[in-house]
Amino acid sequence: MTDHAIWAEGLVKRFGETTALDGVDLAVRTGTVLGLLGPNGAGKTTAVRVLSTLIRPDAGRATVGGYDVLTDAHRVRQLIGLTGQYAAVDEMLTGAENLLLIGRLLGIPKARAKQRATELLTQFDLTDAADRAAKTYSGGMRRRLDLAASLVGRPPLLYLDEPTTGLDPRARIELWNVIRGMVSGGVSVLLTTQYLDEADELADEITVIDHGRVIATGTPDELKAKTGSQSLAVRPEDPSQVPIVTSVVGELTRATPDVDGSRVMAPVSDPTVLPAVVRRLDDAGVVVTELTLRSATLNEVFLSLTGHPADDIDDTDSEGTNS
Amino acid sequence: MTTATITAPAAGELSHRVSPADGLRQTLTLAWRTIVQVRHNPWELGDFSFQPILFVLMFNFVFGGAIAGSPDGYLPYLLPGIIVMNMLFVTMYVGTGLNTDVTKGVFDRLRSLPIARWSPLAGRIIADQVKQAWSIFLIVGIGVLLGFRFQTSLLSVLAGVALLLTFALAFSWVSVFVGMMARDPEQVQMVGFTALFPITFVSNAFVPAETMPSWLEGFVNVNPVSHLANATRGLMLGGPVAEPVTWSLLWAAGIVLVFAPLSVWAFKRRV
Repeated sequence: MTDHAIWAEGLVKRFGETTALDGVDLAVRTGTVLGLLGPNGAGKTTAVRVLSTLIRPDAGRATVGGYDVLTDAHRVRQLIGLTGQYAAVDEMLTGAENLLLIGRLLGIPKARAKQRATELLTQFDLTDAADRAAKTYSGGMRRRLDLAASLVGRPPLLYLDEPTTGLDPRARIELWNVIRGMVSGGVSVLLTTQYLDEADELADEITVIDHGRVIATGTPDELKAKTGSQSLAVRPEDPSQVPIVTSVVGELTRATPDVDGSRVMAPVSDPTVLPAVVRRLDDAGVVVTELTLRSATLNEVFLSLTGHPADDIDDTDSEGTNS
Repeated sequence: MTTATITAPAAGELSHRVSPADGLRQTLTLAWRTIVQVRHNPWELGDFSFQPILFVLMFNFVFGGAIAGSPDGYLPYLLPGIIVMNMLFVTMYVGTGLNTDVTKGVFDRLRSLPIARWSPLAGRIIADQVKQAWSIFLIVGIGVLLGFRFQTSLLSVLAGVALLLTFALAFSWVSVFVGMMARDPEQVQMVGFTALFPITFVSNAFVPAETMPSWLEGFVNVNPVSHLANATRGLMLGGPVAEPVTWSLLWAAGIVLVFAPLSVWAFKRRV
């Protein structure tokens, strides 16, 4: 298993009555990004906490870099960087002090730890705020500082637990670029996310979990092919033409369309379907008032994978609120 | 790439556990962090610097005349009392800090690092001892300005400070327990103050027990704050020492015996 940064089999974790992990298998190949995709309460954070030695699984076994998370936890901790759901920075310290603290705890000599802090502050565009207490930072700045803190020791494996939850779209895309940069530097990443587009953008492979169970694994393309990555919606001007639209859409997307009033919807995995639909409807003399192609939501992916929508229950394993 | 086991750069061989020397170094780094925090939180600095000074001044000049005939006559009795009261309040920062770390996720980050498991708590407690020593120094300093004079030897005074720091160390476990049970840092402060005010005021810290109703006097005489205030008085000003010191140390041991296991339990429940 040495070509795997993480290898986990049959992980089980219960909190009282709740089963957060119900036999989860995971594998992250060295140098790649695994996206762990699932709704709130699916068990993503619990999986990260087990794999980062913060909690012990009730059953199953996991190795990180070939080391067992239970019996060799200290070695595992020397290999990982953890960025949690909430930005875990010390608000009473400045950005520079936060990074210096981590460097010193990792045993880096003071001068080099300071130098590393300066480097990271530059890389994450925090130089101007370096000497301000982190409590004065914006949400995006905190996330960047948090990510910088997990990189101080140049860990070969990074856990990014919902790194962009709560960020505005611009900050989100910036963070994606940072993550891509790290991956091109050879780092392996376990990324948890609720967003299909994020997993699609960043992950080499995706594992979808729900209720503590793995419900699908594959590359983003494989999953898209299986579930339809986008959703097509068509509304004819004349409601009596809904059956024609339904048959055209069904034929071209090879899926059974949903009809909501006069709106016909179907998952699409091949974007060239759109012009084909337009041509066919035009040929049939159907005038449409709405024609859209948009990214499938996680709910739609879940619906097609599990046959039930993702329940938006609270994440039992995450104590914090997203900020 | 079949044998490409990931390795930490520069680390070479990974170690299986933390050496005690590294653990101590990490503890001191975390203590440094707690002290540096104060720089960005002047409010806390005020709590263990200006507040005790204010207490000395207010109690001395407001109550001094009524309790001892004059502020000058009250000061020698009052000062050890203020030192003990302040010591208990300052220990609450251990719990507040731990709770902040847990609720903000900083604690998870620390636990994911290859550092000694005990260093985050030990770092807090060492930082607390520094704050305690600083507070005692300030209170004695303002006392000396107002006319307070030690009546015993330097060694005896240092023994008094050592006793106070030892008790603070033991009482930190109460703070850790409250910190691990509380929802948020504000709740730690609230529970701390609610419990500490009666304990410190229903003692002989500010007023001799003989002046109180007999049912209250009974409680005052077993209250560890009373023993500790008496012991501090004895060691700084002269008078009986053996009995109050023994009782103070017994109380300290008892508090550790009860609250250390409770804290460990609360800690495991929380993380």
